Amino acid sequence: MAKIITKNLNLWYGGFHALKDINSSFEANRITAIIGPSGCGKSTLLRVFNRMNDLIDGVRTDGEVLIEDTNILNSQTDLVVLRKKVGMVFQRPNPFPLSIYENIVFAEKIHGEGVTRDKLDEIVETSLKGVLLWEELKDKLNEPALKLSLEEKQRLCIARLIAVKPDVLLMDEPCSSLDPQATARVEELMRELKNKYTIIIVTHNMQQAARVSDDTGFMLLGELIEFGKTEEIFTAPGDRRTEDYITGRYG
Amino acid sequence: MKNPYRTQNIAFFFLFLATLLIIIPVGLIVVVIIQKGLPAINWQFLSDIPRQGMRAGGILPAIIGTLYLVTGAIIFALPIGLLSAIYLSEYAKDNMLTRIIKLAIVNLAGVPSVVYGLFGLALFVVFLKFGASILSGSLTLGIMILPVIITASSEALESVPYSFREVSLSLGASKWQTTRHIVLPNALPGILTGTILGLGRAAGETAPILFTVAAFYLPQLPKSIFDQAMALPYHLYVISTQVPNVDEKVRYGTALVLLTLVLFMNLVAIIIRYKFRKNKKW
Repeated sequence: MAKIITKNLNLWYGGFHALKDINSSFEANRITAIIGPSGCGKSTLLRVFNRMNDLIDGVRTDGEVLIEDTNILNSQTDLVVLRKKVGMVFQRPNPFPLSIYENIVFAEKIHGEGVTRDKLDEIVETSLKGVLLWEELKDKLNEPALKLSLEEKQRLCIARLIAVKPDVLLMDEPCSSLDPQATARVEELMRELKNKYTIIIVTHNMQQAARVSDDTGFMLLGELIEFGKTEEIFTAPGDRRTEDYITGRYG
Repeated sequence: MKNPYRTQNIAFFFLFLATLLIIIPVGLIVVVIIQKGLPAINWQFLSDIPRQGMRAGGILPAIIGTLYLVTGAIIFALPIGLLSAIYLSEYAKDNMLTRIIKLAIVNLAGVPSVVYGLFGLALFVVFLKFGASILSGSLTLGIMILPVIITASSEALESVPYSFREVSLSLGASKWQTTRHIVLPNALPGILTGTILGLGRAAGETAPILFTVAAFYLPQLPKSIFDQAMALPYHLYVISTQVPNVDEKVRYGTALVLLTLVLFMNLVAIIIRYKFRKNKKW
């Protein structure tokens, strides 16, 4: 089932045409990787889905992005609702300078008036279990989140995100600041999470895309060159440019 | 052959000397004032009204007056300054109006304090008919420290990493919730520091209160914000130049109290900043 569909999506930063006629379809409960060299527009595409590009002055989009049949580029879209549904994990682990507990309940606290302590405790427990951190952290929930290791921080950020109960997880190079072992464990977590969520990951690490994703899109200079099953993209690319990129002729 | 280390050492020596010279005036001021003023400090000096034409007794009305003025200035200037800082750093787009506002703030900071005094006289004392009163003086001092508070608060807000705002928004928080729950708490120490430095300045200024509040001599404490009041800097000016035969130690004692008050405020600001730096983790 297609969760997100883009139709003739174009985006400009002022005069710069950053996304050109993107037509794609992202499936629910699968991991879709978007790969491509730096500056190809992959992060920009990711940030269309939760409208984070709105924060930048002079951005203009046209075309359609349908999430469950609703065009989110519509000016009436409630960004608060959209962003609760489509969450984002960033390149650098970025917990707030609060305790582990407070990080996870942050969104719940500002959205829900008078949520009971029991309810919050429950959210913390489920979210941390969801990212396989509960056993390690259950006795130090009140310690500052900034004391954790990079990997734990990134897991905590994912926990903070799934506490909001999103449908879609957008991951913008989530492992780029982690060491190989931590990367492997976070990838393992992603495979676990795809049972519940639709995951789109942007990465410039091709091996990671090959390891973790079900579908892959290859972007170059703002165009989506090729989109399909990961196996096919990596073993029998249909486009010369995809093949050149994957075999490392440029990148 | 020239020895490069020798010229370097000579250069270092002069650089160090120039820096060392900064300590001398500060040290001398503090030493002289403590030396000459300390003998005057006793309980009566701090708790009694001035007597014998201000040649004896204490300076309580001036201390209380200054505290009233500083409090009034902060009640007025902190909310306005903080709210405009939030607007400028979080909401304002970079357009003509914003640039004009920022230019106005810079200029406001450069206005000589005596001009604030005249402005306060014209607006608050005469036009709004507040008379020479604590209210007029506080408002005048408040306007004077506004640019300090706005600048310090803007800097504090802008030093909060952009990624915090980004994450908060991406979790579905509105812009205001992000400002209120994430940006503001992390900027608070910087805002407080700026505010206290502004207060220190307000406590020490004479010119803005000259026409708006300061009384030459008042034997009782002010009863309402519409009363005139004595204030430490003006009192110091009066007993130093307007009243003959005031004992030197009374003058220096008054200066010492004023200096202590201002240095104490600065010290609080330094401690807040230090504690925050130590706990700052990003």
